Amino acid sequence: MSATTTAAPSGTSTVARRGKGAVLGLLAWAAGLLFFLPVAWMVLTSFHSEPDAATNPPSLLAPLTLDSYRTFFGEGGGASPWPPLINSMTASLASTALVLLLALPAAYALSIRPVKAWRDVLFFFLSTKMLPVVAGLLPVYLIAKNIGMLDNIWLLVILYTSMNLPIAVWMLQSFLAEVPPSVIEAAQIDGARLPTILWRVIVPIAGPGIAATSLICFIFSWNEMLFARVLTGVTAQTAPVFLTSFITSQGLFLAQMCAASFAISLPVLAAGFAAQDKLVQGLSLGAVK
Amino acid sequence: MSTTPTAAPPPSATGTGRPTAARPPAGPRRASAWARRAPLMPALIFLIVCTQLPFAATLVISFFDWNSLYPDDRSFNAFGNFAQVLGDSDLRASLLTTIILTTVVVLCSLALGLAIALLLDRSFRGRGVVRTLMIAPFLVVPVAAALLWKHLLFNPEYGLFNGAINWLAGLVGINDPIQPDWISDMPLIAVQASLIWQWTPFMMLILLAGLQSRPGDVMEAAHLDGASDWQIFRYITLPHLRRYLELGGLLGSIYIVQNFDAVFIMTSGGLGTANLPYSIYQTFYQAHEYGLASAAGVLVVIGSIILATFALRVVSSLFSEEVSR
Repeated sequence: MSATTTAAPSGTSTVARRGKGAVLGLLAWAAGLLFFLPVAWMVLTSFHSEPDAATNPPSLLAPLTLDSYRTFFGEGGGASPWPPLINSMTASLASTALVLLLALPAAYALSIRPVKAWRDVLFFFLSTKMLPVVAGLLPVYLIAKNIGMLDNIWLLVILYTSMNLPIAVWMLQSFLAEVPPSVIEAAQIDGARLPTILWRVIVPIAGPGIAATSLICFIFSWNEMLFARVLTGVTAQTAPVFLTSFITSQGLFLAQMCAASFAISLPVLAAGFAAQDKLVQGLSLGAVK
Repeated sequence: MSTTPTAAPPPSATGTGRPTAARPPAGPRRASAWARRAPLMPALIFLIVCTQLPFAATLVISFFDWNSLYPDDRSFNAFGNFAQVLGDSDLRASLLTTIILTTVVVLCSLALGLAIALLLDRSFRGRGVVRTLMIAPFLVVPVAAALLWKHLLFNPEYGLFNGAINWLAGLVGINDPIQPDWISDMPLIAVQASLIWQWTPFMMLILLAGLQSRPGDVMEAAHLDGASDWQIFRYITLPHLRRYLELGGLLGSIYIVQNFDAVFIMTSGGLGTANLPYSIYQTFYQAHEYGLASAAGVLVVIGSIILATFALRVVSSLFSEEVSR
């Protein structure tokens, strides 16, 4: 009985349902485009000339030019963006590597061969994430000043490592818990030591999860601005701090600001789109699969 | 049996290996416990040194009257700084701003995220593309996002919002449409709008994952029993999503309470938008009042600990459910 009713629903309700589906599909498209609009407008404006960028009403079909990117990359005699970009790359990549180096063994000791109070330890890691960064800023500044580490990119590497370590431990713990225990036992019986087990057995199996963890740590380090602003000056300035020079508007600068914003966001956009499928699990600290 | 000690080799040769080799009665167990703990230690020690010690230092500094412009006048002040912070109307105002900012942004982005997640849960043409477009705001560097909203969208003369109003008005033949100065007229709403734009995708992703983990057979049974879409949403979807809503709200709050970039860039803390992170930054970085800034920091930490105990309970319940599944 029930099979026939589901197999042959009445004609009118199918049409109604299809119509409703189309409307909801259109709504979804509208929402997606609306949220994407500011990003699209930023990219379009970055390819406009300065006078075309600052018109009201907006000039959608103005001719495209690469002028803003030329100015951004220092051809107009302004500050070169390369030192900040290289600093950001150094801080993000080095801190991500350091995070993995510390977090992988820790996650192993919290999932595969767990210590007794592994759950308490896991929550201790998370609790450090809830303490406001700004409350620790002054002592960090004073210590850095005393040991001569101000305006040094390696200070940011250490701070970004501590900032991302709790997230990475949580994520990796949930990814490593999915590695079948029998595989690890087999390696242990063969006499493999922990570094070998981690590198040869766990990394290949939990590879996608580890990659997602690295991408998220990279994104958070790349985006960070408060520490970078307070603790760096000229030599160790990072890309987001470089961007803050656009806070006050001086003359025609809109297209150049868009070019700089887009160029500096590009690594994160690329990393985020690449890790789309693992992004949810990562951002929810592994609680959402 | 004899393979167990070799099967669990200590990862580092820091003395833990010796009792295993000697094999006294209680030795192997203790050695094995240390072998379990050893991989954890580097991360744990690193984190304690980098996060707990600065807070201890903040606590000590908070008891001193210390302005770095007058380094010779540093003196013990007991609870004087705390009294001053609690009596400071600016700091109390920034506490209120922090609460309003966080609540509005978290609730609005949860509601919008839920609506969009429900739309994306159905199959339609180009669903993957729409999901990708939706994620983009979350992936723009926060400083760039704040600049984008300040200059490209909100600017009263050439911003996209006023430009669009002008263009639409021109279409229907109105010559002088309203051109509000968004950030001056509604500073807090302007900051909130840019943050909601950035955080809605985050909430959407978590809630979409929640929607897709709904038990399919229950949904189908409800459909067959003639339940309406609204009934299914109200009595099946929403209870199922509760934990995902809590998780999204919690994680969003952790980050938005600490927001600095948007306030710093869009208003520089002016026009009543200074939140606690911005006020503390200003007290320390511009006013050089080290003692006061530390006292404010300590109070923020105490507040965070109270919130965090509650928040950790939420995560804990979510987590144990995940394990029991």
